[in-house]
Amino acid sequence: MHEKKKTWLTFIFEVIVLAVLFTIVQYAMTVGLINQSYQINITSMCINIILAVSLNLINGFTGQLSLGHAGFMAVGAYASVIMTNNLGMPFIVGILVGCLAAGIAGFLIGVPTLRLKGDYLAIATLGFGEIIRVVLQNIDYVGGPAGMVGITRLTSWPWLYAATIVTILVIVNLINSSYGRAIISVREDEIASELMGINTTSYKVLAFVVGAMFAGLAGVLYAHFFYIIKPETFGFLKSFDIVVMVVLGGLGSTTGAVIAAIFITFLTFALQKYAAVRMIIYSLILIIVMIYRPQGLMGSKELTRKTFARIWSGKK
Amino acid sequence: MIEFAQQLVNGLSLGAIYALIALGYTMVYGIIKLINFAHGDVMMVGAYVGFFSITLLGTNILAAMLVAMLFCAILGVIIEKVAYRPLRNSTRIAALITAIGVSLFLEYITIFILGPAQKVFPSSAFPITEYHIAGISILNKNIFVFISAVVLMLILQYIIKWTKTGKAMRAVSLDMEAAVLMGISVDKTISITFAIGSALAAAAGVMVGVYYNTINPLMGIIPGLKAFVAAVLGGIGIIPGAMVGGFVMGLLETMVSGYGNSMYRDAVAFGVLILILLIKPTGLFGKNTGEKV
Repeated sequence: MHEKKKTWLTFIFEVIVLAVLFTIVQYAMTVGLINQSYQINITSMCINIILAVSLNLINGFTGQLSLGHAGFMAVGAYASVIMTNNLGMPFIVGILVGCLAAGIAGFLIGVPTLRLKGDYLAIATLGFGEIIRVVLQNIDYVGGPAGMVGITRLTSWPWLYAATIVTILVIVNLINSSYGRAIISVREDEIASELMGINTTSYKVLAFVVGAMFAGLAGVLYAHFFYIIKPETFGFLKSFDIVVMVVLGGLGSTTGAVIAAIFITFLTFALQKYAAVRMIIYSLILIIVMIYRPQGLMGSKELTRKTFARIWSGKK
Repeated sequence: MIEFAQQLVNGLSLGAIYALIALGYTMVYGIIKLINFAHGDVMMVGAYVGFFSITLLGTNILAAMLVAMLFCAILGVIIEKVAYRPLRNSTRIAALITAIGVSLFLEYITIFILGPAQKVFPSSAFPITEYHIAGISILNKNIFVFISAVVLMLILQYIIKWTKTGKAMRAVSLDMEAAVLMGISVDKTISITFAIGSALAAAAGVMVGVYYNTINPLMGIIPGLKAFVAAVLGGIGIIPGAMVGGFVMGLLETMVSGYGNSMYRDAVAFGVLILILLIKPTGLFGKNTGEKV
């Protein structure tokens, strides 16, 4: 009884913290403390968090190296823009359709490719990501190589914030459920988990589809913030970007993915004026981190309530 | 029919370039099981070295190719020593990410030093003449690319099949631990593999310069990926497979551009990759090995 009460209290506490954070940023935006370029920064940060956390489900927790995450982002972005801009539907329909379309794409790609392992899977997903891009380039209805322009800006701070929280909540809860344990067992030892009666393929596909759906969500938010989407934006370099965040943060650590996404966004923002230098620094960080800390920043550890409680009480 | 033969001629020279790049991928994968994403960018560096060798040193095209090969052989060895060697015992994904890092590094350091604009490969180094044989137009650059690629492949075959170094390379790729026990220096063998692979990529880079006339810092990405597809198609780690895969990719690409929609040629390359991965992941020449528990 006491335990239950405590859980409730921490839950309420967390909701308050999140609400306060939301209100502060919202207030700062309304008052104008946060200017246009910082707003872009915050938007990219949320989008990157969604992308990194969702890819981490596939790469980190399921252990299936995917290099085509940007492709699902593209599917989500295009599907939603067709809904909102071309068909005049409300934003929420765009979001749902975007996620759904990306999820379906994830299913269609995942079912055949997830039979492959390791490097082969990486290359197959990279190939599919590129195919999505090339196909989009060749559909005139969505503007071909020029992409879709004049998208109404519908992505606002409340949407971004809600989407980020929902993504993290869904994925963390998925990982902590029995499905999550099955997913992690696939990563740890596929053959052993199959022997334990886990249908490894269906769990891999499940993780892949959920990851793809949230990538689609990121795409929807991206499209409705930056006014314009082009197939080029969603090439494999974008996919690499997301992989880098996941790997820097630590494969299999949601908090790691969040921290790395925030760090990378800030790095990009700070070095915006020096594009070439930015990429050089970026690549050097990548190489150095891999050589000296190949498990990434957080390894597979998480920052949780307990960690904070431990730090708070000064115990190790 | 003439149209088809024409595409065949074009495809063969493009295929020769892909085959040369694919060889580097396949050799490195065969020996340390790493997809060397930076390989396409080594090719780009080779193209630039060739370019400067012609414009600054005034060498002819063959000398430029040799200079580029030498430079990139050293570059390849350095990359392996600095970036890949420390990771030899860590996870595959760490090595793969490092390779992506090296690839980005090479691309953007080139952009930083030389600027992002493309450079026109000096046409004086290779004056174009056109031959007509039975209604097919053959450019001398097609012949040059094809013949030099074939010569390089023959040299490679000789090194791998008949020299001691080649024997060591085959031994290391077969079983690294057993090779160590037999007194083979694994580090040295891997260095040599990188040197040879990178030199072939550099030669391919100069050929790309001659073939397409322009070079730019990001030129390595797409040919690199396609060459990788070629390596997978032939069976990654298998040297004759990479050669055949390269030619198949080159021919396929020119056929698709010639008869279909050239916009789709990149998609076709990846489509082939996915088909082969789904049907026979070990590639055309690969053998199936069972999974060991």
